[in-house]
This record gives sequence, C-alpha cells and structure tokens, in this order.
Amino acid sequence: MTFLGMPVTAPRGVGHLRGDQPFPEAAREALGNSQLRRNLRHATTTIRGKSGRVIAELPDWQQLRDAGSAIKADVMSRLPELLEQLEERVTAAGGVVHWAADANEANAIVTDLVRRTGSERVIKVKSMATQEIGLNEALEAAGITPVETDLAELIVQLGDDKPSHILVPAIHRNRSEIREIFLRAMPGVDPALTDDPPVLAAAARRYLRETFLSTKVAVSGANFAIADTGTLGVVESEGNGRMCLTLPDTLITVMGIEKVLPTWGDLEVFLQLLPRASTGERMNPYTTMWTGVTPGDGPQNFHLVLLDNGRSAVLADPAGRSALHCIRCSACLNVCPVYERTGGHSYGSVYPGPIGAVLSPQLTGVADNASLPYASSLCGACFDACPVKIDIPSMLVHLRNKVPHPPAERAAMAAAARIMNRPRLYASAQRAAKMARIVGRRGRGLPPPLSGWTAGRDLPEFPKQTFRDWWAQREQP
Amino acid sequence: MSSRDLILGRVRAALRDAPVVAAVPREYRPAGTNRADLEVLVDRLVDYKAEVYRVTSAEVAATAARLAGEGGAVLVPPGLPGEWRPEGAYADENLTPDRIAEAGAVLTAAAVAVAETGTIVLDASPDQGRRIITLLPDVHVCVLRPDQVVASVPDAIARLEPGRPLTWISGPSATSDIELNRVEGVHGPRHLHVLILTD
Amino acid sequence: MRIAFFATCLADTLFPEAAKATVRLLERLGHEVVFPFEQTCCGQMHINTGYQKEALPLVKRYASTFDPYDVIVVPSGSCAGSIRHQHAMVASAYGDAGLAARSESVAARTYELSELLIDVLGIEDVGAYYPHRVTYHPTCHSLRMIRVGDKPLRLLRKVRGLDLVELPGAEQCCGFGGTFAVKNAETSTAMLADKMTSIVSTGADVCTAGDTSCLMHIGGGLNRLRTGVKTVHLAEILASTEYS
Ligand code: SF4
Repeated sequence: MTFLGMPVTAPRGVGHLRGDQPFPEAAREALGNSQLRRNLRHATTTIRGKSGRVIAELPDWQQLRDAGSAIKADVMSRLPELLEQLEERVTAAGGVVHWAADANEANAIVTDLVRRTGSERVIKVKSMATQEIGLNEALEAAGITPVETDLAELIVQLGDDKPSHILVPAIHRNRSEIREIFLRAMPGVDPALTDDPPVLAAAARRYLRETFLSTKVAVSGANFAIADTGTLGVVESEGNGRMCLTLPDTLITVMGIEKVLPTWGDLEVFLQLLPRASTGERMNPYTTMWTGVTPGDGPQNFHLVLLDNGRSAVLADPAGRSALHCIRCSACLNVCPVYERTGGHSYGSVYPGPIGAVLSPQLTGVADNASLPYASSLCGACFDACPVKIDIPSMLVHLRNKVPHPPAERAAMAAAARIMNRPRLYASAQRAAKMARIVGRRGRGLPPPLSGWTAGRDLPEFPKQTFRDWWAQREQP
Repeated sequence: MSSRDLILGRVRAALRDAPVVAAVPREYRPAGTNRADLEVLVDRLVDYKAEVYRVTSAEVAATAARLAGEGGAVLVPPGLPGEWRPEGAYADENLTPDRIAEAGAVLTAAAVAVAETGTIVLDASPDQGRRIITLLPDVHVCVLRPDQVVASVPDAIARLEPGRPLTWISGPSATSDIELNRVEGVHGPRHLHVLILTD
Repeated sequence: MRIAFFATCLADTLFPEAAKATVRLLERLGHEVVFPFEQTCCGQMHINTGYQKEALPLVKRYASTFDPYDVIVVPSGSCAGSIRHQHAMVASAYGDAGLAARSESVAARTYELSELLIDVLGIEDVGAYYPHRVTYHPTCHSLRMIRVGDKPLRLLRKVRGLDLVELPGAEQCCGFGGTFAVKNAETSTAMLADKMTSIVSTGADVCTAGDTSCLMHIGGGLNRLRTGVKTVHLAEILASTEYS
C-alpha cells in the first residue's frame, strides 16, 4: 500500500467542519438567547409530533430500519466496487464523473465547470456536501454568484447568517424574524409583507422565479445514487429542486462517496424511511430522479462530482464508520435535548446535533473537534430515532476515548482508577472524603471544572457512614 | 496518481479489516403485500391538499378546461390521449419556458400512484411530457387510471423504469421551512388536481 | 435465592440508604444477600469520559468479584448498562478474549433492581407501603440502554398508599450524563431546569428513579431551589412498609 493511498481527514482552512470555539463556550451564548430557545423548542416539538404520527402508521417501521441499516453496512463494505459501477453507469447514460479527494479539489472542479459554461451565476439546491466544502465562498472568489433556492437557505443567505440544522437551516428563525430579513434584504419585496407563512413562501416564489428561468447552470447535492442503474435522486419539498434539476443546460451534482446504494430496489427502503423521519411526512412533496442525460428533457450536460474529504478516514475506523450510514434526515437533531437548547451554531460545523458530534470529529480528526464528542449526555434518544439505527451514543464513547485529554484530567482519572482498584484504599478514601465539610453543600470549595456542576445544584449531605461500613458492622456478631 | 485512483486506494485501505456484513434482512412488507386501496389514496391526496375528482374519460377535457380557469389555456403533452384534450388546448412542441408558464393549467397522465403515501409518479412518457411542463404552470391536472394505483412504495419501485426521468409528486409544492409546519405553495404548481377515471 | 449485591460506588459512598434499602427489600422477600467486599466501581465514569484503558482494571475487578455468583443485582440502570454494553468492549480492546468472555458472562447475570424483581423473582407486589404522592423519572439508561420499560411503574403501582402521578416529558434526559454535567455544566443545568419544572408541575412530594446519579442531579437542583420535593431511590420506596 502506498502512502498516498492512506485515508486522510478533511483539510483545514476550507469549508465548514470546524468551529472557532469549543462547544461549551459556543453553547453559553445560545443558552442565554431566549428567542432562539423558544424557536427551537417550538420547531423540534412540532416535528417530533408529526414524525411520530406518520411513523406509527407503518406496521413495519422497525423492519425497514433493520433493512436500511444493513444495506448501508453492505455499501460500506464494498464501496470501491459500487463507486466504479456507479461511474460506469452514469458515464454510459451521458454523464461525466469527477473525483474530488478533498474540499479544495471539489471546489476547483465545480468552479472550472461553471466557468466553462460562461455563466456568472449558479442556482443551488440545498446540499450538505457543498456547504461542507464551502463551495459558495469558492465560487464567489471566482466571481460567480451562487443563489441558494431552498427557502431556509435563502433565509440564511439573505440574513447573512449560518445554517443551524441539516434539514431546515433556518430553524432558529421564527416567522417574524423571517419577515424582517426579507424586508431588509430581498430585492423588490412587497413592503406590506406580513409574517403569515404562505405569504412568506409566496414572496420567495416571486423573488426566485426569474432567476430560475435565466440561469444556465445549477449545482445540487444528491440524497442517493444507484450503482446498478446510475440513477441519482434529490428529495425536496418546494419545487426549487425540480427547477434546478430541470431548467438549466448544465447540472453539477456534488455527492459524498458514501451516498451510493447498490440497487434500484433498495430505494423502496429509503424512500419510506427518509420522509417520515425527516419532515414527518408520508412522502415529501417532490422527489426527482434522473439517469445521466435524457435528450430533449432537462439539463443536457450532467457532471457528478464524487467527494471524499475525510470520508475514507471515517471509513477506516471500524467503530466509527457507521457514521457514514447517515441519510441526513435530522431526526437525531430533533430529539436531542442538547441540540434543542444549544442550537446548531454551537457545534461549529455544518453537521450539528448528535450526528454532527460524531461525524465532524471523524471527518477532521478528533483533535480538531475535541469538544464535540462530549456535547451529549449520552441519553440515547438519537439512537432510537435514527432511521438507519446508527448507535451514536456508543460512537461518542468511542471517540471520547480517542480525544487528546487535558493532562490534569488524565492524572486525576488515573489516580481515581488506582484508588478504585484497591478496595481498602478506596474504603479509607471514602471515609476521608468528608468533602461536605470542606466544600460546603454549594460546593464553593470545589476546583473547576467540578464547581460548574455545583453552580446550579447542591451537593448531597454526606452520610455519616458508607454502605460498606454499615455492612461490615452488621456482619459483626 | 489520478484523484480517482487516490480515492479508491484510500477507500480500499480503509477497508483493510475486510468487514463481513450480514445479509440484508428484508422483513418489511414487500411489493405485492397489499391490494391498492383507492380510498386510501384519496384520503392521503386530500390530506396533503390535492383536490380529487372522479370522472369518466369523456369528462376529462371539460374538467381540465374548467380547472384552468377563465381564459386560461390548457397545456398538454404531445402524446396525451385525444379524447382527454380540451378544446383550445396547446401541445408542448419544444415550447419556450415562457409559453409553458403562461398555461392556465397543464393536463397530463401519470405512470404510477402510491396509495399509502398519496404520491403520483410521472415518468416523462409521451402522455406526460417533458418534466418542465408540469413544473412551470401554476395548476397541474393529472389523470389516473385505477390500475395505475399501487399500495405502497415497494410496489411503485417494482413498476417504474429507473432509466426514465422520474418525478414523484405528493401534493402541491410545499415547505416545512417556517417553524417546521407544512405550508403549501412555493415554487412548483400551487394547485394539484387528480382526476381518477371511473370507466 | 442467593443474590450478590453490587452497591455501586455512588450509593456506597453518598447514598447508602438506597443500598441498605435494596438489601432490606430482598431480605424481606426471603432472599440471601451477599456483599463481596472486593467490589468498588464499574468504571462507567472512566469509560464515558474517554479513559477505557484506565477502566480496564475496574472491568476486570467487576468480573472477578462477581463471577462466582449466579445472580447479581445493581440498583442502578446506568451501571447495569455499562456492565452489559461496555465491559466486554473495553475487555476486548484493552484486555484479552478470555476477559471479554467472562465480562459478557457476568453481565448476562447482572440485573438492575426492577429487572431482578419482575424478570427473575417474578414479583410485582413487594408488599410495600409508602403514603406519598410520587412521580417517576425513567432515567435514560434504564429506559434506552437496558430497556426496563414499565417495570418500575408496575412495581410502584402495587405499593400501598402511594399516589403515582405521571411526569410530563418523562423520557427527556435530566441533563446529568456524568462527565457531561461537568464539561457542559450550563447546558446540563438548562436541561435540569426543564426537568424540575415538569416534576414540580405534577404536585408530587417525591420524585423517584432507578439511578442514584440522576437523583443526585435532580435532587441537587430541587434542593437549591427549595422546591420541597424530595428525591428517593426506587429501592427505598419498595423497602418501606407500614411498620418501618
Ligand atoms: S444520524 Fe440517523 S437520525 Fe441523525 S440525521 Fe443521520 S440518519 Fe438521521
């Protein structure tokens, strides 16, 4: 095996996988923002209810999850052959396949393809992969204007904001904030705009119509690609996806290498899992599937960019690779008590919430996102919600074991383990630990980080006698 | 080394533990489990704000013309059955987007409909036309024959031909982007009318 | 039945009443309880903080201490979860195949209290009397890691004098999470605040659960706010009788 063939993590200095500050610091700001907390609570409660109801309609939801999980594991185990098959089928159907080892290469490929069309603007369908690699910034640097057409993306783009959810990037905004953003930043908007959701949606429709019809190039992601047919699919709601995938002359799709599925028949599983787990619908309003180029219908130039950007590094860890099974439904975010209170920006990466806490550190290497595996109480709600049964809690524990630990913590943990491995020493430590007297119930004498816990809670009264001593006394005749 | 070889090499290296995976358990309801139930389809279509009409073939043209509204012309794909074609309708013969967008309604057939999810699938056959014609007009009128209705997603996947451009439509265009509630009417047609044939 | 008792380091040190109650309850039901002195801690804190290697001696210690027994009870869903779902993993990563097999075998004989009572001893009515208004918080690890389901509720429903009130949003995490409450203390506090609001809304005088760790967290918050609601381990309620 050559050195060049070793899996590598996503490069620094490009894209959006690393935050500026550790999670606890970023979370502090969010926790203090009561508007954000209300918006998130409202939105996640709504989606949990909707999703729960449509999942309950299917008698075979668990069996579908089992199948989805197993299909993904199978894909990972034979990824090279499936990618080669996909490439062959897409090419045979008139598409052009490109391979991008990392964000920089993917951005260069897309920029070059757009330049060659002569277009100075591209329309975009919401895509996690292109957010991950920072494609918009790269296009802008090359003088090309990317226009986000998904409503939530548009809200984020017009608000000069960052996405905070993988499905609804503007989940942190409520209707009146959206109205204000539109009034401020949407050219030609009706000044009498109200905050009624249908009115806001209609404003987006009017604003983007002309852009859809006059832009010659679109950039999309893909929810799946079928190896045995070369078919790609985008699952969406608004019709902006259909616009981008149908109207332009040229379509460029950027897709992570893990999104491939073996056969056309496998779609019967994922098209049932995804809508119910994500938007809580029996089926999302629109799904477009295309195979290469269809003469006379839709884009006549189709490019598929297959992206690694750290995915091979994730794949290299047997205990972490199932993070690549993710179908980006966002169910784990919607049930996560930490996400609900801290919001997506606290995670610093385009992938927030439970899946972000395991995927981002693996894509970048754990050292670059060392606080994320700890951004969870390990409550397990994500695992139960995940349509492809990714055991996120176990993976968090696994990643914590790989994170570089602070030396003081390491010393304390080693000392604690040593004491706990010597029952006599342990028993005398218990007796000596009349901490209550030293630190007080409010824990003022505790050193950080333990003082953080006692900031909001009282320590229990220290018992007069440990259980062990009680038992020993009781045994005495 | 090309990036292709580089990536494939990395992926092979990542899999050097040669993971053994179990056969995929397919215990879920496969295609053919249930008979399609038209009532379920209607219920689901209506739930997602599509409007449903039961008509005979002879009534299709007049119904479509009415749904196109006063003065709105009906756009049809070139292969639409002649009997369905309303008077004054115009066919898509490589029309420009503007000509397509100005239609009062577009009238098409469909390939398959999924009862359980309230979904209609178009496969760009001559009676459905290019994808663009069902995208730009504000009203889409879609005719379904009862034998095109299947019970579930696996039934639909089994019937469809993957090489064709496919559009799965479940209700009019909608968004969940504002406070995660479904709101109808964004970029696609804001009105979806489904005509189920009774003959 | 002869039952080996794993008290857990937290109950042993800080909440001996919960441990004593487990013993009293099982003895009252006619069983022999043994407390092997070699026991200390299951190592969960180490494992969940990212110190699996350091936890290995504790994993080993648990396996060797309890291997001689057929039935082991632990009054904590969280420790039971670690023993069942993490010990063999740590053993195979840092120990050897023999230890992993032994860990797995001991784990299969380790039961959380409500599991022991209902699944092994086949009893729902333990003859308890507890005249209080009580709400039950199903801790995350009891609920989703070892999946005790409604077993604790079935036991509580049979307690005489007990007025069981449903906790809104019961399945939501209280925010403890061990190392999480330390490293992300503020988020943890925000979660705890919502849990306390739910608890107080029930009008219960007592909040019970099967984990001393979560109870310590919830109790610490309830006490700080002087809500007057007490936290009491499930074992203590089940051990109470009219005469004690
Ligand atoms: S990890 Fe699972 S639940 Fe979370 S987004 Fe991915 S598929 Fe959905």
